[in-house]
Amino acid sequence: MLTRGPLRDPAALPRLSLSLLALFLLWPGLSLSELDLGVLLQGDNTATMGQFVAAFWPPEHGREFLELLGRATLETLAIATAGMSLALLIALPASLLASRALSLSALHRGGRPAWWGALLRWPVRIFLIVLRSVPEIVWALLFVRAVGLGPSAGVLAIAITYAGMLGKVYAEIFESVDPRPARALLGSGSPRLVAFLYGILPNAAAEMLSYTVYRWECAIRASVVMGFVGAGGLGQQIDLSMRMFAGGEVASMLLTFLLLVLLADQLSRLLRGRLA
Amino acid sequence: MILKLSGVGLTHANGQVALSDIGLAIAPGERVAIIGPSGAGKTSLLRLLATAQRPSAGRIEILGADPWALSAAARQRLRARIGLIHQTPPLPPRQRVVTAVLAGKLGQWSLPRSLLNLVHPLDTAGAAAALARLDLSEKLFEHCDRLSGGQLQRVGIARVLYQEPELILADEPVSAMDPVLAGHTLGVLSEETARRDITLLASLHAVDLALAHFPRILGVRAGRLVFDLPAAALGQPELDALYANEKLQPTAVPAAAPQPSHIPRC
Repeated sequence: MLTRGPLRDPAALPRLSLSLLALFLLWPGLSLSELDLGVLLQGDNTATMGQFVAAFWPPEHGREFLELLGRATLETLAIATAGMSLALLIALPASLLASRALSLSALHRGGRPAWWGALLRWPVRIFLIVLRSVPEIVWALLFVRAVGLGPSAGVLAIAITYAGMLGKVYAEIFESVDPRPARALLGSGSPRLVAFLYGILPNAAAEMLSYTVYRWECAIRASVVMGFVGAGGLGQQIDLSMRMFAGGEVASMLLTFLLLVLLADQLSRLLRGRLA
Repeated sequence: MILKLSGVGLTHANGQVALSDIGLAIAPGERVAIIGPSGAGKTSLLRLLATAQRPSAGRIEILGADPWALSAAARQRLRARIGLIHQTPPLPPRQRVVTAVLAGKLGQWSLPRSLLNLVHPLDTAGAAAALARLDLSEKLFEHCDRLSGGQLQRVGIARVLYQEPELILADEPVSAMDPVLAGHTLGVLSEETARRDITLLASLHAVDLALAHFPRILGVRAGRLVFDLPAAALGQPELDALYANEKLQPTAVPAAAPQPSHIPRC
């Protein structure tokens, strides 16, 4: 396999060492996270969990509660959608600035941008890293203090964190699609934004769309978590219901959740089908 | 002179020498073919002339300017006056032919016009006219991934015809076409250069096509310019020397073995 000679696969050694390295890194990870599945089955842990889950049945479906649920669901959807729209406003320009795909200097350097081009991209990348490295729940806590309890804190928190994530992934998508159409356009004198729209966007659109809809789905989930700290929506209701030990209400809200995620999944499939 | 090269060399980042000591002058209105064996440096030479690659040695002058002494913005304006035809045109598979052809003028259009054209093609008639000259007008609203290799090459040529550059560089522009179509397409390019009094440089692997359509022939071998002759003066000895390959032994044609009537499937 690793015999010396002209027929030796030059990729064999790096592949083997990378696999060994991955195994080597995985073991300390497992022991550091104190993962012990045995605890789940010990003594009365199972019984406690059982009681908690048993209280979920039957799901609450009183008329008054359903109205409340409907309003909270709409609020959650609104938080997620408004947050994503704001995030896109930041993420799209930032990803264009951060991506190497539109480098003019890379054109005549075999795809490697000049050093000053790489240097100029760094501040944008650091900006995106700062946006996404602070968890949205922390942003939410901050904004709840600034703008008070309610959905607008959730919207701002989602906008900031998700702008960081979307910007990074968009920039990487632009770099991973076939660079030749955009390079050919840049090479025939077109401006960079136009080369992006005609050369990269047609190839990247489906993947960008799929990731954006997935992030929207994540934003719905995140808005629930942020509800626990008072940022509105379904989360705030779940928090209230849990405090009142109303398991049936929690179950109804979890079912609503399932429906929302299902909806996002179908939407993504539908849109991808139109594009592909 | 529309093109002037002196002592031009190109060494890739990995140390591989692609071109060395190329000296060349081409006047406006000339039609020049570049021939030579595979890997001789024909594509590298065309990429140099298209300013897609910076020479590592020597001086280069294109359309009266040294592209590497210009600012980046001025170089982009110079590039808009050069049309490069790629051997496999890099077109996004989901793009429509009409958009791909109209993209030829993106270097000349304003930003609002380019944006609007992306949503709604602004000059469908212009794109159709360019395609019609290459007998492809029925594919106007087709997606690029529905076309064959030869049809894609013609879309790439239609884009450059629509661009109306002052210098056309073509890298194996007819390699995926049948002989009749290849002849017709080179005829269209020659006619375009004569009509608008512009310059055409094309690399070709078919020597007969080069001799039939181009008055001046450059021979490139191992990164060097071997000859620069009028087509009429080019003889068999020069061609034999250009394509000679010591490494390939002529393979003896094996005697026709009796074909087994039953082909075993594995």
